[in-house]
Amino acid sequence: MSRYAMESILERWEPVIGLEVHAQLKTRTKIFCGCPTNFGGEPNTHVCPVCLGHPGTLPVLNQSAVKMAIATGLGLHCTVTTESVFARKNYFYPDLPKGYQISQFDKPICTEGWLEIVLPERTFRAGIERVHMEEDAGKNLHDAQTGLSQVDFNRTGVPLVEIVGKPDLHSAEEAMAYLKELRNILRYLDVCDGNLEEGSFRCDANVSIRPSGTEPLGTRVEIKNINSFRNVGRALGYEIRRQARALESGDAIVLETRLFDADTGQTQSMRSKEESADYRYFPDPDLLPLRLDQTIIEEVRSTLPPLPEDVRSRFNEQYGLRPYDIAVLTDEKDLALFYEEIVTSGADALAASKWVQTEVLGRLSGDKLTVSDCPVPPERIARLLTHQSEGRITGKMAKDIFEKMWREDADPDKEVEQIGGVISDDADLRRICGEIATQFPDETAQFLAGKTKVLGFLMGQLMRQTKGKADPKKASKLLRETLEAIGTEGK
Amino acid sequence: MPISHEDVEHVAKLARLQLSAAEVEQMAQELGTILDYVARLDSLDLDTVDPNFYEASENLPQREDEPQDSLPQSDALENAPDDDGCFFIVPRVV
Repeated sequence: MSRYAMESILERWEPVIGLEVHAQLKTRTKIFCGCPTNFGGEPNTHVCPVCLGHPGTLPVLNQSAVKMAIATGLGLHCTVTTESVFARKNYFYPDLPKGYQISQFDKPICTEGWLEIVLPERTFRAGIERVHMEEDAGKNLHDAQTGLSQVDFNRTGVPLVEIVGKPDLHSAEEAMAYLKELRNILRYLDVCDGNLEEGSFRCDANVSIRPSGTEPLGTRVEIKNINSFRNVGRALGYEIRRQARALESGDAIVLETRLFDADTGQTQSMRSKEESADYRYFPDPDLLPLRLDQTIIEEVRSTLPPLPEDVRSRFNEQYGLRPYDIAVLTDEKDLALFYEEIVTSGADALAASKWVQTEVLGRLSGDKLTVSDCPVPPERIARLLTHQSEGRITGKMAKDIFEKMWREDADPDKEVEQIGGVISDDADLRRICGEIATQFPDETAQFLAGKTKVLGFLMGQLMRQTKGKADPKKASKLLRETLEAIGTEGK
Repeated sequence: MPISHEDVEHVAKLARLQLSAAEVEQMAQELGTILDYVARLDSLDLDTVDPNFYEASENLPQREDEPQDSLPQSDALENAPDDDGCFFIVPRVV
């Protein structure tokens, strides 16, 4: 194994990773004004004097954004603080019309929480340091030819929560699992759509390494510009390797911000921390402290939907699903709800789990659909599975019917009725077996002469003539009996 | 007491101001005087007093999450230093 294969590095070094996530809250309007938050839109059409930072305007806080930030904190087992303060973070950049970003600094809305991370080998809690509210900045498009930048302020003032994780993660895999779980929690809470491509869920990573088995932290590097789960893994992998190589060749790690380049898979130095901005935070005089009494916190708590961890333990305790199946089924809130509705509509939990994973997910990805666009409602799947479990149709028939349900909006009850269901009556099956023997006297003779392989051919004929409706187990048994009876008679 | 030239240059950089050597010297003196004036507060014994950033004691007003009309694009761009009818145009920053 190469010295710089990740496995080998991890024997000598322990990475220490903490993630900062900016999540866009799903409000209709911006955090301090009534402009819409919709993605896209003609440039500079979702703007007003407030979010453009015109003199004389005042910010007025969006109460939905507050409730969603509270929900985020509760979902992450944080303490919601009864008094938080909005502060000005001062820097000059063309995407920031006021010359400062309204954020929270020393008094964030939520502190100290955790989320549960489920890995194949272990489940653990990763700490959350804080959750604070802030406004998003605008968007710059740089033109290399003209030497000019275009600025679109539509996104300026869109409400964000920044979720700062503790440095509790020790591999790229753990970091990716953390992000997936966090995104899942925000989606279960319905406070963020978690769309990485559109930038509604953005991640920066702080990473350092220390010799395995030691405590003191190494110098950390912040990586920005990571826009997919896969790239989180790539960026961290690259950075851990880079730091290990540097330290082992006697170089020091510089405290700096590095940008991840998805094309090269590498991180590049953007600026050192010494020359990084001095933000001169101070409490925003335009905004009073945000005082939250217990009533509003409890109101949000009482409307909190179940979290992924709750759903996971319910699927385990109530339905007896295995961890792997639970992980697949709870990966998306909509999928978990979809599955559960099949079960509550009367289907067997294990059969439903298998059906969703093999039949539904495959077709969804084949048709490039999300589960909310699934053409077959869960209740119909439940009826189909019940027909199968009660023996009216075979598994093969269920799949064929499901195909019709998917493509043609067919109703399972009508389909089963039309097909007439499984032929499982002994007398009927014996009669059919007799007919097969009569139709294929040569093969029957061969069978009786000991060439038992021919049974497969006869069974195939039987299934064909019954259009697949014969109960295959019973039919196979009765066919053999019928043929053997003919042999006995002939002697 | 004048503040150091380094501090003046740092603050000037943050404020995107270009100062001549003479102006740095002048600012070092003037800012020093202002800080000395404010430093008179240090003579008060405030150990038992919490900092107070706000005069008002009522809670932060909040609004419903109801969309309001945004500006027409042309109005939004009216105060732009330069525009292309669609975007604000500024010198390239990266």
